[in-house]
Amino acid sequence: MGFGEIFRSTMSSFLEATWVTIEITALSLILGTVLGLVFAFFKISSIKPLQWLANLYITIIRGTPLIVQIAFFYFGLAQIGINMDSFTAGVAALGIHAGAYIAEIFRGAIQSIDRGQMEAARSLGMSQRLAMRRIILPQAFKRSLPPLGNQFIIGLKDSSLVAYIGVSDLYGVALSEAAANYQQFETYAINGLYYLVLVLIFTLLLNRMEKRLDVDGGTR
Amino acid sequence: MIQVKKLNKSFGRVHVLKDIDLQVNESDVVVLIGASGSGKSTLLRCLNFLEIEDSGEIYIQGQLVDPRKDDLNRVRQQVGMVFQHFNLFPHMNVLENVIEAPVQVKGMAKEEAKKLALSYLEKVGMADRADAYSSQLSGGQKQRVAIARALAMEPRVMLFDEPTSALDPELVGEVLGVMKELAREGMTMVIVTHEMGFAREVGDKVVYLDEGRIVEEGTPEEIFEYPKEERTREFLSKVL
Ligand SMILES: Nc1ncnc2c1ncn2[C@@H]1O[C@H](COP(=O)(O)OP(=O)(O)OP(=O)(O)O)[C@@H](O)[C@H]1O
Ligand SMILES: [Mg+2]
Repeated sequence: MGFGEIFRSTMSSFLEATWVTIEITALSLILGTVLGLVFAFFKISSIKPLQWLANLYITIIRGTPLIVQIAFFYFGLAQIGINMDSFTAGVAALGIHAGAYIAEIFRGAIQSIDRGQMEAARSLGMSQRLAMRRIILPQAFKRSLPPLGNQFIIGLKDSSLVAYIGVSDLYGVALSEAAANYQQFETYAINGLYYLVLVLIFTLLLNRMEKRLDVDGGTR
Repeated sequence: MIQVKKLNKSFGRVHVLKDIDLQVNESDVVVLIGASGSGKSTLLRCLNFLEIEDSGEIYIQGQLVDPRKDDLNRVRQQVGMVFQHFNLFPHMNVLENVIEAPVQVKGMAKEEAKKLALSYLEKVGMADRADAYSSQLSGGQKQRVAIARALAMEPRVMLFDEPTSALDPELVGEVLGVMKELAREGMTMVIVTHEMGFAREVGDKVVYLDEGRIVEEGTPEEIFEYPKEERTREFLSKVL
């Protein structure tokens, strides 16, 4: 059997699995972005317990392997009575994982905005909140887009790990196809191709979004 | 207009301002001079409460301001500030920079704010660049927009912290020109600058600071021609 034949015979299951991968990536990245925003604010807030909470979260997530986090959410939580199907557990684990990195991206972007911006806003009579919303965050958001896009691509590829808890995503389907057809070489190469195409499309979309937001020519 | 009594400010263990007494009368131009690190910026920043004093009293328009109780956002609306590095908002164009505070802080209608903004941009000679972003402007143009932005809040006093120090020499004149015009119209101003020629020409009062203390103050003539203090003379011999 050659590539063409394997490609055709796996196509319908891979295409179906592509949607699973897209869904799981999209949902986990939405969750991750929300968590990232919240914990970025915790981290820069002046309330000490919130800072501690954010630091604890980020330290634990960054200090442990993603595969362990996924296993913990699926198998671990099930044992103490929190039952989730593998898809839900996968989204939760991936989202909470990405959230820690995204929090650091947002925090870094907010703190990278020149202090003079906040001072200028305050000197015009703007409150801290208003200055944050109107002056700091729009600039920080724009600055966080490149690293955020990078993190999104990592998230897309990381999503393959949920095959371990039985989700039939792209990699999960590759595992079962290869086990059935014994053509490991072709099957995993084709599997990689699907990911590559997804990543390229994703990159294109992110670049477009960056360009659209680049109203001031990118320089300061 | 502004009165400062026995103002003290420390950063950690560094005592930056020591028993500062300062009076700024309506329509006066007060120029602060002094060596680097003498506390000029800190004093200026205390006047709009970007820095909070440790002790002392600051009266704005006769009102004692308690920075721990009063609404500083309200106080700051009356005290405009222009910074050395302009600090224009880079994600907004010139017009948006100028209408931002009137609309967001005062709740002014957008159309009205635009008219107001254009009139101030006109005044600083930047109305024709209303659509430009700060990355497309020269330093002198940025600073003139920053002045218009502060003026658009119609403050009672304007503070300038070395407004021309970050500019190429050939651009200094256009900014000083705008400031002279403001002075002529009777705007109350407190200016930190190293432009001694400007201080002499426009200042009503010159205040010399050294190591956080006001060493000497007087008319430009008194300070520049007949300084009483040895330290003032020494400083002036270095900068003139
Ligand atoms: N936020 C701060 N934290 C700690 N120290 C500070 C802070 N701001 C100023 N200082 C210190 O206070 C002193 C006075 O600083 P200030 O900026 O007021 O001086 P300046 O007269 O404006 O000097 P320059 O001409 O260089 O602008 C300096 O020793 C400076 O290092
Ligand atoms: Mg200074």
